[in-house]
Amino acid sequence: MFRWLEKNLPKIVMAPAVGLIGWFVYGFVLWTLYISFTNSKILPKYELWGFGQYEKLWASRKWLIAVDNLLIFTALFLIFCVVIGIILAIFLDQKIRAEGLLRTIYLYPMALSFIVTGTAWKWILNPTLGIQKMFRDWGFENFTFDWLVDREMAIYTIVIAGVWQSAGFVMALFLAGLRSVEDEIVKAAKIDGASLFTVYWKILLPMMRPVFFTSFVILVHISIKSYDLIVALTQGGPGISTTMPALYMTQTAFHKSQVGLSAASAMMMFMAVAAVIIPYLYSELRRENAR
Amino acid sequence: MQDSLKSSSYQQLEQKSKYTNMFLRWFLYFILILFASYFIFPLYVMVVTSLKTMEEIRQGTLLSWPSGLNLESWAVAWGGRGYGAGDTFLRPYFWNSIKMVVPAVFFSTFIGAMTGYVLTKWRFKGDQWVFLFLLFGCFIPFQAILLPMARTLGVLGISNSVIGLVLVHTVYGIPFTTLFFRNYYISVPTELVKAARIDGAGFFKIFFKILLPISAPIIVVTVIWQFTQIWNDFLFGSTFSFGEAAPIQVALNNMVLSSTSVKEYNVDMASAIIAGIPTLIVYVLAGKYFIRGLTSGAVKG
Repeated sequence: MFRWLEKNLPKIVMAPAVGLIGWFVYGFVLWTLYISFTNSKILPKYELWGFGQYEKLWASRKWLIAVDNLLIFTALFLIFCVVIGIILAIFLDQKIRAEGLLRTIYLYPMALSFIVTGTAWKWILNPTLGIQKMFRDWGFENFTFDWLVDREMAIYTIVIAGVWQSAGFVMALFLAGLRSVEDEIVKAAKIDGASLFTVYWKILLPMMRPVFFTSFVILVHISIKSYDLIVALTQGGPGISTTMPALYMTQTAFHKSQVGLSAASAMMMFMAVAAVIIPYLYSELRRENAR
Repeated sequence: MQDSLKSSSYQQLEQKSKYTNMFLRWFLYFILILFASYFIFPLYVMVVTSLKTMEEIRQGTLLSWPSGLNLESWAVAWGGRGYGAGDTFLRPYFWNSIKMVVPAVFFSTFIGAMTGYVLTKWRFKGDQWVFLFLLFGCFIPFQAILLPMARTLGVLGISNSVIGLVLVHTVYGIPFTTLFFRNYYISVPTELVKAARIDGAGFFKIFFKILLPISAPIIVVTVIWQFTQIWNDFLFGSTFSFGEAAPIQVALNNMVLSSTSVKEYNVDMASAIIAGIPTLIVYVLAGKYFIRGLTSGAVKG
């Protein structure tokens, strides 16, 4: 008995973690998947109902708006974060004075919660006392900046705040990538007469392909799950114009008590994330095995 | 004669490239500072707004300097106005968050250290699959587990409690802590462990005598990562708790959204700073470790 215990001690130590993750991750996802195929309302029902919830989901105007918003947000969030991140990383890489201070400034929003970020930007963007008033007080009488309360434009305020929070992170990833390149490569190119621009555009940035890939995965992942920022900034409004899938899911589950429908929306999010993550994990594992 | 001509034209060229270089340098700094002001702007606005009276806020602009160190809105945000119903303030929720963060960070870090240790130093058949099995937990969108989690907490009788949130954060932290420790311990030479085993040291002795003493950097990274994630969490906090058991981010959101007669932006901003200050301090004091955690654990569910 004691020998057996001693021999299997490592596995016994592993057991709680494996058990907890097995139950709380895999078990729960399967439960949600099952419930998405039932006609559950306030309480879960267990007889199968087929794809009814998914049909209802994709016929729902609110869900379609949410998906639309997600596509707009993801595209803009990605482009701005990556472009700003790369510019800052390349510029910081030019032996800049006070680099440490600038880096700290670019990255500090990552330490804040989306609720804090949302609260701050909501105050800045509100038309009566925020930026709009600032410019009007400076003499630009007709200056208008009321995106926060404009149905068409409100989604872009979420992009502004989201980019503010995450661009510094992309900068950190690219800076680390650029710094890991051998100096010799850059020197050799310069001796051959390449300008600094060519060095970056033709040599260094193409070498950053893994960093692009990682940033892409992380940013898409953040945007699919974005929830807190929308709650703090717009609560999905004005109307339902800034709803996103994560917000749709919690509202359907906990305010409208449509458990089956919200489970279906959760599974759609799950599949979207899986579509991005599985290729990523696969390539990472291959890289690790190749080493 | 020719020589001096040559050198002067060369000097001209040199001079010219010096000017373009200088111009480029200025341009570089201009762009960097421009972005720095974009990033610092909201923090600046938050701080000055929190120090103004409502009267000043209505009359001045976002950027205008406060007339003095007016800390009243900070006092209101932290401790309330002292009248009963409807007086929400952050102090009790701040303590809720502390009570939630400390045990959740401790348990998840400890479990992660143990699993990371086993996965690298007591390898068994199929351990790679076990790692992958745990790692997958980093990536799931939490919406896919919210419904059953709410029910489970209800069945266990710990819904709407700090204990319930400790459980939730511990469990969903394990994939990350495991990832951190596994990637750290994999670079520790296994010969050390083998030698200790030949000397008759057991499983726990090896961990506490050999691995733990060299684990300080990764413990710091893990603790900072877990602390930031749990402190800043809103999804779990708002789904599994309300009222008195809510953590600080939920309370902040409720305070800002509450539609009491007049909106007090100065109190809102003071509250937001209070809710953000613990993680900001950690970031400023231990930025290096913070960034290291970010770059290795950023794909968070």
